[in-house]
Amino acid sequence: MSAGGDRAAAFARRSRWRPGEILLWIAVAAAPFAFPDRLVLASQILVTATFALSLDLLLGYAGMISLGHAAFFGIGAYAAGILTVHGWTEPISGLLAAAAIAGVCGYLAGLIVVRLHGVALLMVTMGLGLLVAELANVMQSVTGGSDGLSGVTLSPLLGRFDFDMFGRTAYAYTLVVAFGAFLLVRRIVHSPFGLALQGYRENPTRMAQIGAPMAARLRLVNALAACIAGLAGALLTQTTQFVSLDYVGFERSAEVLIILILGGGGRLYGGLVGALVFMVGRDVFSEANPQYWYFWLGALLVLIVLFMPSGILGGGASLWARVRSRRGGAAA
Amino acid sequence: MAEQLFQLVFNGLAYGFLLFVMAIGLSVTMGMMNFVNLAHGAFAMLGGYLSISLTGAMGVPFLLSLPIAFFAVGIVSAGFEAVLYRRFYRAPQLSQVLLTIGLSFMAVAGATYAWGGQVSMVHVPAWLIGQTHLFGTEVGSYRLFLIAVGAAVALALVFGLERTRFGAMVRATVDNRRMAQSLGINVNRVFRLTFALGSGLAGLGGALAVDYLGGLQPIFPLGYMLVYILIVVTVGGMGSTLGALLAAMVLGLSDAAAKFYAPQLASFAIYFVMVVLLLWRPQGILGRR
Amino acid sequence: MTPALSTQGLSKSFGALAVARAIDFELPVGARHALIGPNGAGKTSFINLLTGALAPDSGRIRLGEADITVLPTHRRVRMGLVRTFQINSLFPDLTPLEAVTMTICEREGVARRWLGGFGRHGALVEEAHALLERAGLGDEAERATRYLPYGKQRLLEISIALAVRPRVLLLDEPAAGVPERESGELLEAIAALPADIAIMFIEHDMELVFRFANRITVLVAGQVLCEGPPDAIAADERVREVYLGSRRHG
Repeated sequence: MSAGGDRAAAFARRSRWRPGEILLWIAVAAAPFAFPDRLVLASQILVTATFALSLDLLLGYAGMISLGHAAFFGIGAYAAGILTVHGWTEPISGLLAAAAIAGVCGYLAGLIVVRLHGVALLMVTMGLGLLVAELANVMQSVTGGSDGLSGVTLSPLLGRFDFDMFGRTAYAYTLVVAFGAFLLVRRIVHSPFGLALQGYRENPTRMAQIGAPMAARLRLVNALAACIAGLAGALLTQTTQFVSLDYVGFERSAEVLIILILGGGGRLYGGLVGALVFMVGRDVFSEANPQYWYFWLGALLVLIVLFMPSGILGGGASLWARVRSRRGGAAA
Repeated sequence: MAEQLFQLVFNGLAYGFLLFVMAIGLSVTMGMMNFVNLAHGAFAMLGGYLSISLTGAMGVPFLLSLPIAFFAVGIVSAGFEAVLYRRFYRAPQLSQVLLTIGLSFMAVAGATYAWGGQVSMVHVPAWLIGQTHLFGTEVGSYRLFLIAVGAAVALALVFGLERTRFGAMVRATVDNRRMAQSLGINVNRVFRLTFALGSGLAGLGGALAVDYLGGLQPIFPLGYMLVYILIVVTVGGMGSTLGALLAAMVLGLSDAAAKFYAPQLASFAIYFVMVVLLLWRPQGILGRR
Repeated sequence: MTPALSTQGLSKSFGALAVARAIDFELPVGARHALIGPNGAGKTSFINLLTGALAPDSGRIRLGEADITVLPTHRRVRMGLVRTFQINSLFPDLTPLEAVTMTICEREGVARRWLGGFGRHGALVEEAHALLERAGLGDEAERATRYLPYGKQRLLEISIALAVRPRVLLLDEPAAGVPERESGELLEAIAALPADIAIMFIEHDMELVFRFANRITVLVAGQVLCEGPPDAIAADERVREVYLGSRRHG
């Protein structure tokens, strides 16, 4: 085979599953057996990881900052809840419907944000997030306002499995959905479209100069990211049978941003790593003293920005590269 | 009817001037160096808590606590600028956002530790409490005070920018940083001083805000005030004093009107208008480019 | 024969500063055309007007027969008008192979596929690889762009433009910033550019200009001063004056 053909094959092989990845997912699937009494936390970690994954697509791969991404999480969450209150209690179809609604909203938001840059983009995304939060607050009859939405009930999953209070069904359900979302995003980032997104992140001006109609592409990625965020939100609603105002709003938008940066954007697994570290950390701290959590979170953020801007995975990758080059040097 | 309208306008102006004092520092520094400082609210909060401590435990008169808050916060902010912010002027915007959000979190936690999580009040002198007779009607004394102080700050700023040498350097640097540098202006020094002044003004605004808001809580840097400050800055146009003043007045008046006619929709209406305005003019009403 | 690229009366001002005054310009098919002039003459602005980064105040731009004056940049690129940048405009975290493959995918209309992988687009990757080999970037093809030396980055800058398969190529100071020892490869790459592409390049390096250009346009203060074959331009008094002042040599 020619050298070019070799390269082409190698290029396509970048999207092959690596052993580390497979092990990771096996470990995630095995969690119920290792931590049988922490299943609720484990489910929430997976939900948050899926939410962070959606932001990774938007920010880590396409380079579009959003300070209002929780809006789509909230839209999906409330949509799923409101559907059940009005009688649509089948979980899977409800989940997909809520995700679709969030996706449409994402597309509409994309229509307005794709032409913005810099501070204007920050403010408009923040503004849109705040608008959705205010809407949820004001439409109390529909959303339950600050009391939260009550009356969320779900039919048994697949007709057989009840959402039991030990969280086993919820965890299995969450795991399957999270894995599905992950497969989808994985496919997207390894496609030609995914490569074009990264090109946009690296150099938006040059993309126009190579003939890329970026506006349409960015609208699509906004819709996809919103859809997956909505999927995560709906998942949380269904597994906790509750929605409230803190599913939406600036604090949640800031939180998911922090989680992604902590794990490292643009590496597919940053959301999962970040969610794991963040939520376990918060769980540990909130037992000790909740105020200290806020302080150390802020300090962590400052330290990351100063010393490890590509997050845990990025820092790990650099370290690994340095170790390998040293080993290679020693061998030579 | 006219009386109600007058009260509404009066209240709106008071709020507007308060927002202006808090926001103008951020507007100038963002316009000058494009540095997104989301910790600006933390500096305002610091001024507020300083005033609370000074007038409370230490018995310092309220009026004296105001300039003290201004200078103290200015000096503290200069320290932060030297140690931390300086490294991030060329950094990507996301880094600046994360850095300053992180600092805000730390400020919230620090304030909770130092002053407690409850609402803290400031001790204002008797002549600022209650009502004053003005133009044939009764208006809130403290609000009148806010208008007076705010107007004084605005005038001082305009005078400073137009008539002093330093003001001219500030205007030149905001207008075209590279050109200013090639004219021999030490751009970094201008920025540092402007940043300290602007943060000091935020501190002053924070001290003024405590009584107006009915007390100060540690979550202040991350609350709706920060959003309002950001709205004033971005809708007015970064770097434009007049823009910030206009935006602050419009925001103050809109807030007063909305709270009067449709209190539930007040925040919604404001965010909505902000989004629409920024879509129409992303650089702000009086911003450049 | 219709020129590959032409402008009629192209004008643009920023307030009192006129960067283009009624520029009439023609670039024939297969041209090797240099655009020279003192700093601030408006050369890069002219390229920005041609590519659509700047909107003209008046005048028309034609690519072949088609009027492209109001078309957005990416549409002009799809019609074959491509530029390179004076300061490298690359993708720091992508490898040259990724960057060129991405460009080819754009060209082939494949870049909107978000569910398929690269397995079925092997031919595109091979083309990218071959292009990089020809440009002398074969060994560095899979290192992130940020780690490449400047001269190699410059080669990549041109390679990306070539990957679009331009009909008209606008090179903005191709040799700018390239150290002496790396410029050899660059010059070879420029000389090897396909003969059917119409090329216009801005350059300050007169040696390069006289080596590669078969026609020169001199731009001063947004206006065309004169135009003609290299020896005519070299002998022109007005050009000497513009560059050297009105000194007279013995």
